[in-house]
Amino acid sequence: MDILVVLESSNGSLHRMSREAIVGAQSLAAENGLSIGALSMGADAEQIASIVTSYNIDEVLVVNNDLLSPYNADGFAECVKQVVEQESPTLVVIGHTYQTRDYFPKVSARLDKPFIPDVISMNKENDSFVFTKTVFNGKLGSEVVSNDSACTLISFQAAAFSDENIMSGSATTRQVDISLEPGNVKSTSEAPFQEEAGGVDLSSADLIVSVGRGIEKEDNIPMAKELANALNGELASSRPVVDAGWLPSSHQVGSSGQSVSPNLYIALGISGAIQHVVGMKGSKNIIAINKDADAPIFEIADYGVVGNVLDIVPKLTEVIKG
Amino acid sequence: MKIAVLIKQVPGAESALPINSEAIGVQEDQVSFLMNESDSYALEEAQKIIEAQGSGEVVAISLGPDRVQKIIREALAKGADRGIHLQSEASGLVDPLTLAKQFAKVLESEHFDLIFSGLQSDDSGMGQTGIILGELLNMATASLVVETELGENSLKVKRELEAGWFQWVTLTLPASISIQSGLNQPRYPSLRGIMGAKKKELKIVPESDFIVDGEKQSIRKVFVPKTDKRTEMIDGEPDAVVARLVEILKNDVKVL
Repeated sequence: MDILVVLESSNGSLHRMSREAIVGAQSLAAENGLSIGALSMGADAEQIASIVTSYNIDEVLVVNNDLLSPYNADGFAECVKQVVEQESPTLVVIGHTYQTRDYFPKVSARLDKPFIPDVISMNKENDSFVFTKTVFNGKLGSEVVSNDSACTLISFQAAAFSDENIMSGSATTRQVDISLEPGNVKSTSEAPFQEEAGGVDLSSADLIVSVGRGIEKEDNIPMAKELANALNGELASSRPVVDAGWLPSSHQVGSSGQSVSPNLYIALGISGAIQHVVGMKGSKNIIAINKDADAPIFEIADYGVVGNVLDIVPKLTEVIKG
Repeated sequence: MKIAVLIKQVPGAESALPINSEAIGVQEDQVSFLMNESDSYALEEAQKIIEAQGSGEVVAISLGPDRVQKIIREALAKGADRGIHLQSEASGLVDPLTLAKQFAKVLESEHFDLIFSGLQSDDSGMGQTGIILGELLNMATASLVVETELGENSLKVKRELEAGWFQWVTLTLPASISIQSGLNQPRYPSLRGIMGAKKKELKIVPESDFIVDGEKQSIRKVFVPKTDKRTEMIDGEPDAVVARLVEILKNDVKVL
């Protein structure tokens, strides 16, 4: 096969970013006449494989091995390594999820092949691929090339491709064996847990007021909350606000929090680091208020105000309340 | 207990980022450099572990041109016991596999129990070097660590998963972990620390000591991202800005 898509289970369903990775692989395959295989491994291997067989890919490889359940970085890395050695794909693609960040660098080390992470787009020039990813926290873009013609690993940034564009079809399934010893696994995992029950479900919110580091201090959180209340919206935040303990983590939007797509997203004092932007760039309307005129948030905002949140928000709330 | 902390010097969040003439990086003489944010959390976590143990050492390690000695000195001032500078003229936008091999060559003989690194650098953002280094040195690894508990010949780490989920993972030692920002309060160097840092060992390793094969991936071009979005910028005094925002909320977004 030419392209191997490595799949991830999200509580028994196919991870959204795995679907996006399939879309990325499908567009590459269509343009260049390449074949696609998908790798399903771990506790939900069969279940995930049965979902993927209804997509337009050539073959689903299933690895059933007790040492891959629960997820552990050594087992997953070794599994991908051995499957790549057996199948010799030139491109291995995966979604840039948290799990990917945990074990895919290990695959790169074990195969001695480059891993280009967080890719936004790619195109083919002559016989090789050029990958685009952001650098400097999203302030600049870069074009990256692989110097290994035999095999390159890449991960796609969230929303690099839309999972709505996935092409249906039918794929065959093949069981693949790998050799894994208990001694290969250098960690023991406990069951995943949530820190707080009943967090805020921002994914269905229609209007979100979100605060970032520019809110300056915890005492200013109620000011943002009042604006959210006046607009019948939900309060959210970027990571630094959660790290500072000003809001619980259930309010966090971004790659480590929730992905949202409200009708209106008001970003207060949020710089727009890529980790935040991937979680909210699907919003229909974005208003950003930030002191720093060069903040990347203005590049994705529909309306931008260069100014102090503390001067503008209380007045805005007052006028809205009437 | 010996803990290595990999630290990188990167452009600060407020720094200008003019693209260099070759368009493969930034003009370094116009950049204000700082210690990478998540690396400073990794350093603090290492120091807390050694302090709780009552013995051992924290070694701050950085690869780059001579300017990176500034952050090694900063780490020493904060309490790291010694520093290692891998001298290299490579840009910060470097292949993580190459970088990890270079670190492995120099650090193999040190036999560290733990290697800590920040989750990802604020320049290249590859998020791989510490994990690959752990692999090359046959260590257990974990990424996105938000809490650590040192046990008997093991390290228990709390890993951040997605959407507010977490998981405890116990790693055998030696182990290499990459650390998420926000898990502790990085200390400021004291005046005594700054004075004492000058007397601490800072070993300089020349590039000829860590030559590895060619880069597996290369940056071909760096550019200012184009946006297809038209942003209406609203200028003026707060009252005027508020008036325009209310218009937008009423007429364009239609939420009032």
